[in-house]
Amino acid sequence: MPPSTEQLIAELAAGAEPVRRLRPPLLRALFWLIGVAAIGAIVVPFYGDFGLFSEKTRDPKFVIELAGTLLTGMAAVIAAFELSMPDRSPAWAWLPVPPFVLWLASSGYNCWRDWITLGDQGWRLGESAECFGTIIGFSIPLGVALLIFLARAKPLAPTPVAALGGLGVAGLAAFFLDFNHPYDASFLDLGWHAGAIGLVIASSSLWGRWRTQTNWATESQTNC
Amino acid sequence: MTTSQDKEAEWSLWMAAAQDGDRAAYERLLKDCLPFLRSIAGRYHRTADRREDVVQDILLTLHRVRHTYDPARPFTHWLATIASRRSIDALRRRGRTEKTEIFDEQAYETFSDPEANREMSVRDEAPALQAAIATLPEGQREAVELLKLRELSLAEASQQTGKSVSALKVNMHRALKALRSQLKGD
Repeated sequence: MPPSTEQLIAELAAGAEPVRRLRPPLLRALFWLIGVAAIGAIVVPFYGDFGLFSEKTRDPKFVIELAGTLLTGMAAVIAAFELSMPDRSPAWAWLPVPPFVLWLASSGYNCWRDWITLGDQGWRLGESAECFGTIIGFSIPLGVALLIFLARAKPLAPTPVAALGGLGVAGLAAFFLDFNHPYDASFLDLGWHAGAIGLVIASSSLWGRWRTQTNWATESQTNC
Repeated sequence: MTTSQDKEAEWSLWMAAAQDGDRAAYERLLKDCLPFLRSIAGRYHRTADRREDVVQDILLTLHRVRHTYDPARPFTHWLATIASRRSIDALRRRGRTEKTEIFDEQAYETFSDPEANREMSVRDEAPALQAAIATLPEGQREAVELLKLRELSLAEASQQTGKSVSALKVNMHRALKALRSQLKGD
């Protein structure tokens, strides 16, 4: 055995303080989601239009889209927590795919329906820029809180974990947006939403890449 | 690579004890795991020194994420995932490094490196420089000696000589100009 490895082991063992084991990732994800639900319960009444919301829920397509956003958010957050642990299967990354497809398909269908019924009006810009701001506005605090939670596991591959976290946060932000969203989505609305979601995922992924480089840099400078 | 069920249970117990602060159990565990880690790193890295570097990287990572091990789950799987992941990361890092760096064994023999001879050049040129400084007018020579050779600040030199900072600056500027033309002329 080369002396350096033996010495490293001795140094690691000598400096091994007791550590607090992380709780199971599913439990931690649920804990975080309950926190978000509590924040939503406080914030949504301030800006939500419940009359409009209950009226819109009569449309099954809106309900499907709503379910798609919520399930995408929850599934992506759970997947991010699972993948932040070293020994979990990479297959967890597929968990949010079915609800995400449902979300995209229902939004796309609503856009297509508008285009058929309204013609060129279906391409209107409308207030979709506000949606962009709302999604980003919700995503920043939720995203920061989520990344702090995820960072506790010191994921070996931070980029996919952060990207899934970004998708989860964007899905939940889109869900909260639906409590005051009087318009049926047009293609341009969908574009704004997709742009906001993409921005959140890209920002999270960049954080993940930065974490990866920081880990490498830290480890290459560490002697024990 | 598989380990016996006894070994698996033993490692899991040692790791749980290490998480609770049992340093002896931790050291025993890391030493006992070494052949297992070397076999995984050896699948990705052929040379012994590179494999050993990766094993040390794995040990550091294991230490950093030891709080993520759940004693209710298999230890070997947890360890093997970390080892494979770090081995692949090392391969990628190597790929990136090799893309931007070249290694040329002949480089030092083939190409001159002016920096390598800097100290020698300074020694060779020192007498000529001293002779050139000696020919400078009094004020300029004083400025060079105080500001460059003794490395005083302008304020310190000003205090010592009683000359103004701007006078010292002018003398220094003229001295450098004169030295440059003298040494070039040589």
